[in-house]
Amino acid sequence: MLRVANVSAGYSGFQALFGVSLEVNAGESVAVIGPNGAGKTTLLRLISKLIESTQGEVFLEDKSLKAVPPYEVVARGIAHVPENRRLFPRLTAEENLRMGAFTSRHAYRQRLDQVYALFPRLKERRNQVAGTLSGGEQQMCAIGRALMSGPKLLLLDEPSAGLAPVVVQSIFELVRRICSEGYTVLIVEQNIRQVLKVVSRAYLLDAGRIVQSGSAAELLAAPEIQKAYLGL
Amino acid sequence: MSDVFDIYLLEAVLNGLLLGGLLALLSLGLNLIFGVIDVVWICYAELIMCGMYAVYYLHVQYHWPLLLAMLAAIGIVALLGLILHQFVIRPVLSAEPINQLLVTGGVLFFLQAAATLAFGIEFKNIGVTLASVRIGEMSFSAARLIAFGVALGGMVGMYLLLTKTYLGTAIRAISQDRAVMPLMGVNPARIFALTSALGGALAGLASCLLVLQYDIHPAIGLSFGPITFLICVLGGLGNMVGGFVAAFIFAQFIAVGGFFFALEWGYVIAFVFFIAVMFWRPRGLFAK
Repeated sequence: MLRVANVSAGYSGFQALFGVSLEVNAGESVAVIGPNGAGKTTLLRLISKLIESTQGEVFLEDKSLKAVPPYEVVARGIAHVPENRRLFPRLTAEENLRMGAFTSRHAYRQRLDQVYALFPRLKERRNQVAGTLSGGEQQMCAIGRALMSGPKLLLLDEPSAGLAPVVVQSIFELVRRICSEGYTVLIVEQNIRQVLKVVSRAYLLDAGRIVQSGSAAELLAAPEIQKAYLGL
Repeated sequence: MSDVFDIYLLEAVLNGLLLGGLLALLSLGLNLIFGVIDVVWICYAELIMCGMYAVYYLHVQYHWPLLLAMLAAIGIVALLGLILHQFVIRPVLSAEPINQLLVTGGVLFFLQAAATLAFGIEFKNIGVTLASVRIGEMSFSAARLIAFGVALGGMVGMYLLLTKTYLGTAIRAISQDRAVMPLMGVNPARIFALTSALGGALAGLASCLLVLQYDIHPAIGLSFGPITFLICVLGGLGNMVGGFVAAFIFAQFIAVGGFFFALEWGYVIAFVFFIAVMFWRPRGLFAK
């Protein structure tokens, strides 16, 4: 489904990614884990073309995204739930969802029903402005907004960030449900222990390089990871 | 004696209401542009002046039916708004606000000077006189009544567009988070261009209403441009509802102040009120 081939990227005067390669197969849920500042967010921003790579290419279903402008990536089938959710705070929850369906209006009604079935809480809150939703509800709304485009691939950037511990649990439960409903998911997380319980495979990104990869169980059991990231 | 006094006061209040509708429409386009693109079109009233000339030339010189000339004027000013955005605003989108202000100020003088050269300084009139409507002792200009009705209609249409359509939702969304728009599949440059055309169309609509009441000359923009800008600031720049309410408040000051003293005094009182508000609530009456 998604193939990231040897990409490097960065911001002016600062290189964040060094020759990163990874693959996500259809129906699979994959995590990119790593410490703060490893380049995880940059990787997702690169896949959805919010930044350009300086080297390497990204392929979706074997088609290069090189010449695709950022605002056409959604129509190609990639939906991105950005860092800090980035809801439109003064639009209602339902208007935020409507923005998610901007490129696929014909399916709006049907997808809205699907999203409300997945997040009944959002349906109760649908006429509330997004800025006044709780953190967990905002995350549901952000994920729902991404699902409104009917994506082939869902990118999740730190869905647990900034949420209370008890809400974090329920967000990972939601992510597990989304994965089990057949969506293809690439998730980046600092909350390594939790995310490895939800996905099937993972890559460890450190200082802009993939330093390890394998099944979630393998990485959970790997001594380097236990020592450096899980504090065992 | 007191009966007569009351009815003329009522007439003044109602005329203020009519003026308020027109001022509200004027402020709507400017607020839309500022709210979405974050740039103040200082030359907004000069776009309206262009629209008034368009109505005049199409109707008087080329004998188009008035309504058709007005529709064409709306289209022409919408196009001017689009051109203004693509060639003047776009290059300075990420520049300092003062530079953005200066370029649109430059367009103001450019349009004024160009109109003087092209159309001359004499006052022009479309030669349409509408009767006044008498209700009891009170009399109202039909042009003002029409302007009020159309302005309200325009605002309702604008409200429906912004709340009920994908384009309108995107216009509101982009003013809240420009950078995330590509993730929605929205090309921000396209929304900006459409918003500019929409702002131009609103200026065009205003020009159709003003041309019924005022003579056209190259400096006509100066007689309502500053008021429009002040009303937007009074309501909170970019706040369309605030601008709407502020327009009616401002119009009452002009109309009722003018009733108690003299017409010019109405403006003096209204501007003193504006300055006082700026001390009291510098971000506008309705800022949070």
